[in-house]
Amino acid sequence: MANDGAAKLSKNLLRMKFMQRGLDAEVKKQLDEEERRIISDDHWFLDLPELKAKENHIVEERSYVPCEDLVYGRMSFKGFNPDVEKLMLLMNAHKEEEDEEEDETVSRMETDITDEEMARRYESLVGSMRKKFAKKRDRSAITRTEEDVNCNVADHQQPKRAFMKPQD
Amino acid sequence: MDTVHARFKEKIGEVLLPGDVFSFRLPEDGDGDGNNIKTEKIICGPGFRRNGEEVQVCKSGILRHKQPNLYWIDSQQRRYVPAKGESVIGIVTAKSGDIFKVDVGGSDQASLSYLAFEGATKRNRPNVQVGDLVYSQFTIANKDMEPELVCIDSCGRANGMGVFGADGLLFKVSLGLVRRLLAPQSEIVKDLEKIFPFELVVGMNGRVWVKAKTVQQTLIVANLLETCENMTSQQRQTLFRRVAEGSL
Repeated sequence: MANDGAAKLSKNLLRMKFMQRGLDAEVKKQLDEEERRIISDDHWFLDLPELKAKENHIVEERSYVPCEDLVYGRMSFKGFNPDVEKLMLLMNAHKEEEDEEEDETVSRMETDITDEEMARRYESLVGSMRKKFAKKRDRSAITRTEEDVNCNVADHQQPKRAFMKPQD
Repeated sequence: MDTVHARFKEKIGEVLLPGDVFSFRLPEDGDGDGNNIKTEKIICGPGFRRNGEEVQVCKSGILRHKQPNLYWIDSQQRRYVPAKGESVIGIVTAKSGDIFKVDVGGSDQASLSYLAFEGATKRNRPNVQVGDLVYSQFTIANKDMEPELVCIDSCGRANGMGVFGADGLLFKVSLGLVRRLLAPQSEIVKDLEKIFPFELVVGMNGRVWVKAKTVQQTLIVANLLETCENMTSQQRQTLFRRVAEGSL
């Protein structure tokens, strides 16, 4: 009676974990196989011929720059724009290595700032630096004398600061 | 055995016309030897178009070769077609939200993000006005897409790119002349720099911007460059010598 009852149990019930303890090895294997078949049937697969990986041996290049080793597009000559000349050296550095004999022909930089300009600039610089290092008390005196120099106002010397005794 | 290169090599220096085809189809001998040819690579520069197993010529000009495996066609043209990595001079035509529209002389206007400038952030917008000249580089340049420009390199530095050209003169020359100007040790540039100090910006799109100390000198340089288009090197040198002497 008991044996008949076991045979009648449905497959789904037998597949459950707690039922598998009592099963013998053969039945277990059968169930496993069946399960595996169901899973693989459910999986999708593409019905395509196998792709052949072809190596691309033709490469396209659309730009002339790598072909002709074109240089950097900004140029400046004879010190017209020193920033750009620095950039030119930087950007064309890898090409310069091959032809270093060019260095002798580098033209002399034209001076942008004349000596007079430099002197004038330095003059004002001296003034401002003096102002910076002067004490606060002296600062007004400095500006005053500077005004005098520039505007030629008649000098009225500030009386020397001294302690004044308070009056009673 | 070196058949692919041999087919190109026998034509180096010759004139090719659009429609000429270099075919790399395997010879029909059927044995496995064909695989030896397949493995070698070939780089087709401007003027070539790849079509499956063959390379078609799409510009008329002279076939040039550079070691080890680079072939291209040296052609004369005035119309610019954007190519990735090339530096061009653009004119800002519109400001719309996050991008500037830039005219580069191609079939379509290029877009330039306001963040693609050195030191630009969302808060700190670059000062670019409509009509400004920008020296910039293509990051995207595909056949049927809007090209895209940037004014920084991969490290985020400007390297001379960005808005330029407060004064000076902008004009157009042919693309062939531009390549001659940008060639390493260019003879035109070498002759020109002897005359007087000036500044030059050359875009791969055929635009050239010149600035010298005076308007007159700027015009002289511009005119000289334009005449260089159709002159032998001897003619050029005699002309330049006359300019340097001040007789013109």
